[in-house]
Amino acid sequence: MKPISTSPKTKNRLLRAGAIAFWLAAWQLLSMAVKQELLLVSPVSACKTLIRLMGERAFYDAVLGSFGRILAGFALGGALAVVLAALARAFFPVRVLLGPLMSTVKATPVASFVILALIWIRSTNLSVFISFLMVLPITYANVLDGLDGADPKLLEMAKVFRVRIPGRVRAIYAPAAFPMLLTAVRVSLGMCWKAGIAAEVIAQPKNSIGSALQQAKLFFATPEMFAWTLATILLSVLFEHAAVLLITALRRRMEGRSWSR
Amino acid sequence: MVALEGISKAFDSAPVLRGVSFAFPERAVTALSGPSGSGKTTLLNIMLGLVAPDEGAVRMPVGARMAAVFQEDRLIEHFSAARNLRLTTPKDISDREILEALRELDLAPDDQKRVAKYSGGMRRRVAIARAALFKPDVLLLDEPFTGLDEDARRRAVEFLKRRCGSATVVLVSHDRDEAALMGAVGELRLDGEGGGRA
Repeated sequence: MKPISTSPKTKNRLLRAGAIAFWLAAWQLLSMAVKQELLLVSPVSACKTLIRLMGERAFYDAVLGSFGRILAGFALGGALAVVLAALARAFFPVRVLLGPLMSTVKATPVASFVILALIWIRSTNLSVFISFLMVLPITYANVLDGLDGADPKLLEMAKVFRVRIPGRVRAIYAPAAFPMLLTAVRVSLGMCWKAGIAAEVIAQPKNSIGSALQQAKLFFATPEMFAWTLATILLSVLFEHAAVLLITALRRRMEGRSWSR
Repeated sequence: MVALEGISKAFDSAPVLRGVSFAFPERAVTALSGPSGSGKTTLLNIMLGLVAPDEGAVRMPVGARMAAVFQEDRLIEHFSAARNLRLTTPKDISDREILEALRELDLAPDDQKRVAKYSGGMRRRVAIARAALFKPDVLLLDEPFTGLDEDARRRAVEFLKRRCGSATVVLVSHDRDEAALMGAVGELRLDGEGGGRA
């Protein structure tokens, strides 16, 4: 019989699926051992509840509400971080000025921001602001690292041949910054969701996953809490994949552009 | 007139160039020679404005355009050859002229491959085309023919003569034949102890 050969990519996927199956089985066994759905819901119950919730309009209102707010915060923070990193790379005083600010934002507990921001910001916009703060310092630091890593010999070449700023960005800076930007997106997106939903739990905006979680907690609806958590994890993973695909497509587009003017 | 006036440069207090003065003949090729580590590349970098001299100055005609073939190719790896050239070539040079330059150097003009996939000799030819298409008044060549076989070297020399005939050229090369092939009329020899003489 001919041996079945698997590509490294397929093998990797199988291994990852196996790891997920292992942890789901561990969760199931643990919940069976605890025997109290109120304390620890089984994955089967959580999935059943999620499927039930997905049949209700309120689920989509909450998902879309949270998604919109977190996406807005992520996009605003990411865009501003890229602009600030470019300015910091170009002007040393900007780098010096932004250094302590970014370090402070990165180190400040989310809860402190939430409590302080609630005084100034409407509860609907709180998770936008919190997501923005999560993505800003990480993306700023990573993109700046990437820009600093641009090949100095190529920059000298660009100087000698009087290559204009847009050309330098396309040819030298963007390829240096893209890998770091991808890392920043991967790291900060998960944090955006975590902190954004936490902010919603405190601020209780209408149509949000955070509010739904809080409601579930008040009524000891543990399966619903797990179902909403599961939904958040799935959304976060999907969002991350979409963002990575988008950035990769942007990079390919920039690299594969027609050469002619 | 391109001239060096008492150029000195030291790295970590070790002198590389000591009071080098020289007037390069206009619109002609000058060979820049000397043993390894004598400061040839440093001198070119000073002329390009990439390294500041500790003492002395470089005199250049006002608004002179300078181009270089660096010791390394310094190409944008993910760009095709044509796109590399378009990046640095002045706007008034047409796309057709870029393709023609590639053809003259025996490179396929419609090749969309990234230069990262090119051989050393092909990359060198792209770097030579880039410098020539910049239409420089002053052209600095730092071992420009490294990695080229006899035939490709001859073609590259002809190409540079045809395209940059009116430029003041400084050629760093360990090969006296190359200087002769390029038609060098003078030589600045760095002695390896910081000094230089014509």
